Amino acid sequence: MKPFDEMLISDKEVRDPYARFNEWFREQDGEALGEKAGEAEAFFRRTGITFNVYGQEEAAERLIPFDLVPRIMAKAEWDSLAEGIEQRVIALNAFLDDLYHDQEIIKAGIVPERLISGNEAFLPQMRGFRPPGGVYTHIIGTDIVRCGENEFYVLEDNARTPSGVSYMIENRETMMQMFPELFSQNRVRPVETYPHHLRRSLAAVAPPACEGTPTIAVLTPGIYNSAFFEHAFLADQMGVELIEGSDVAEIDGRIQMRTTEGYKPIDVIYRRVDDDFLDPKVFNPASMLGIPGIMEVYKNGGITIANAPGTGIADDKAIYSYMPEIVEFYTGEKAKLQNVPTWRCAEEDSLKYVLEHLEELVVKEVHGSGGYGMLVGPTSTREEREMFAEKLKKRPTNYIAQPTLALSTVPILVDGGLAPRHVDLRPFVLVSDKVRIIPGGLTRVALKEGSLVVNSSQGGGTKDTWVLRD
Amino acid sequence: MALLGRTANGLFWMFRYIERAENTARLLDAGQRISLTNLSSEPDEWQSVLVSAGVEAAYNAKYDTHDPETVVDFMLRDRDNPSSVRASLETARTNGRMVRTALTREVWEALNESWLVVQRRLSSPVTARELPAVIDLVKRQGALIRGAFQTTMLRNEIFDFCNLGAFIERADNTARILDVKYWLLLPEHSQVGSALDDFQWRSILRSVSAHRSYAWEYDGQYSAVNIIDFLMLNRRMPRSLGYCYTVIEESLKYLGRNYEIRHTCFETATALNERLSGSSVRQIIDGGLHEFLEVFIRDNNRLAQEIGQNYRFYPGA
Repeated sequence: MKPFDEMLISDKEVRDPYARFNEWFREQDGEALGEKAGEAEAFFRRTGITFNVYGQEEAAERLIPFDLVPRIMAKAEWDSLAEGIEQRVIALNAFLDDLYHDQEIIKAGIVPERLISGNEAFLPQMRGFRPPGGVYTHIIGTDIVRCGENEFYVLEDNARTPSGVSYMIENRETMMQMFPELFSQNRVRPVETYPHHLRRSLAAVAPPACEGTPTIAVLTPGIYNSAFFEHAFLADQMGVELIEGSDVAEIDGRIQMRTTEGYKPIDVIYRRVDDDFLDPKVFNPASMLGIPGIMEVYKNGGITIANAPGTGIADDKAIYSYMPEIVEFYTGEKAKLQNVPTWRCAEEDSLKYVLEHLEELVVKEVHGSGGYGMLVGPTSTREEREMFAEKLKKRPTNYIAQPTLALSTVPILVDGGLAPRHVDLRPFVLVSDKVRIIPGGLTRVALKEGSLVVNSSQGGGTKDTWVLRD
Repeated sequence: MALLGRTANGLFWMFRYIERAENTARLLDAGQRISLTNLSSEPDEWQSVLVSAGVEAAYNAKYDTHDPETVVDFMLRDRDNPSSVRASLETARTNGRMVRTALTREVWEALNESWLVVQRRLSSPVTARELPAVIDLVKRQGALIRGAFQTTMLRNEIFDFCNLGAFIERADNTARILDVKYWLLLPEHSQVGSALDDFQWRSILRSVSAHRSYAWEYDGQYSAVNIIDFLMLNRRMPRSLGYCYTVIEESLKYLGRNYEIRHTCFETATALNERLSGSSVRQIIDGGLHEFLEVFIRDNNRLAQEIGQNYRFYPGA
């Protein structure tokens, strides 16, 4: 069956949100557009929007390919999606608060205890502690896939440190520079307000020790981290400090940064360092990236950490499969956004089904990310499936399986014109005194014909994502 | 907004290395021109390029000849030579990436683009015929960065730390060039008025991009005393020690006002500046130019360290 194309109904007919874009596109000269694509690349290089690839010296900085054809969503489509996302992030935070306190959801028999206590992402150090404002996951990137006109599924919740928001903003910047006329013809909602909202969200959850306007900082592992560009970008756009572990120290019960005028306390830290590396006194003692003593300061109300340590438990893939029940448990409503049907290989019947249907399924590691360690059934060889089956039988609890979804397509620009490619969507959500969802997000696109893997580490590209005002 | 000590350090060194890349290119330009005159013995000239850049020891550890191709390659492309154009720009850019949040988009992009363009140009060896174009390219890129810096940066402490880096490096460079050439400049050591002299002196001026402005200031008369005055004490000359210290003292004064605290580095800079304004060129020559420059280079470096300590560039400070 042909997957749902978000732009083209047939060769002649386009879906409504794309009507104006299509008119414009038909008037463009193909060759000139090709040149524009080159311009976009030069723009990205000059700006330094690159990501680092580990273990490759010369080509250490790569660009994520950018496609000029925007992904466009109508107001109504977006509004219902946003409603579902808001419900979901509220539930995620309630779930985290419950897990680290009374664990009502386990007592109610909805989420099995074994998924929590034995899970590395669950941090016992957080038990009984409530972060400022009661917010655990402040910044979320909900991965969404579409399989039909009204068929959206959440693929992953990314509640620890979602990345990619800088691409959302720079993609828009690039499109506006190259094709300003498109933005006068279409009423596109802005995404460049994200850093402003992020700053407000972070300021709203300042810790008890904060006096006056909160001092905010972004904590980065440093310039060799793959997402360093984004860390610098966000600090820059928010007008806050970009710090490394070596810039700060615990002094008088506060986390303070070494400035040219001496040490100054930080109130809110947006950390892009994983839990394990955050505090060598509490977690990995070998960490050079973290801040010794930050957990104690945190618990005494001296600093806010966003996202809170221990939020990773909420985007564990085994927990994911319980999300519809989790949403209902905390909000009292049915989940507005659907989960992808998921077989938990830890359950005997499911494992049996999965092993019998490997050819149709996508099997993922429970803790994996980045598209590694997974099996895509339909495009796998018999040999790969056999090898994977062995791994599955050995450690069934390590895996979940999902049907291979017919991801929607959006055209990309190729030599001969337009060609459909599969996409997903990562909208960015901020949770603080209220929930702020930025209209748009990062559309990742699999550039290879027929491919379903959109990860940038595996040949994926990105598109500007438009949400129309009307 | 507060400025991190590490950021101040990054800005300082970013600008030192931008300055150094260009200086290295200029030294090569002067070396190339002298070797084209066929008047001097070439290896000596190329050796003096290495000495001026302060990398002779590193060079000798790697090579035993001073043939032009090897020296040019070492100064342009060698990553083992921290003062080569390529390594300098790489270091400047790495520092720039680190302190990106303190720079305007224009400055960052100018630096990043310079790095991209020069890196690409230097990915393969540069022939003698290509050298002038490459030197021009490096100088032009430096001008683009400085242009963006002058026209878009807020005049705050970030601006001051950048200037401190640029002018401490520049003062060091000019002092080194003078020191290496001092035996040529001082009358008793040189063949006054010979063709060789004119070329040599012009080459010194060229290595600081000042052969035309010298002519304006001193009516085109090449004399050792005038050239020394020009490069050391003339505060209208933007690469002279005097000018560098005008900017350094001014930058430190702004910092002191901004932070409402006068650190020890301020006194050090003032003392150094007074040493330049309190002596005439005759006095300096009579007291020994080489000795004066040696002490100056040492104190200039000491000032750089003191700034780092006073403004907490490093952890533990």
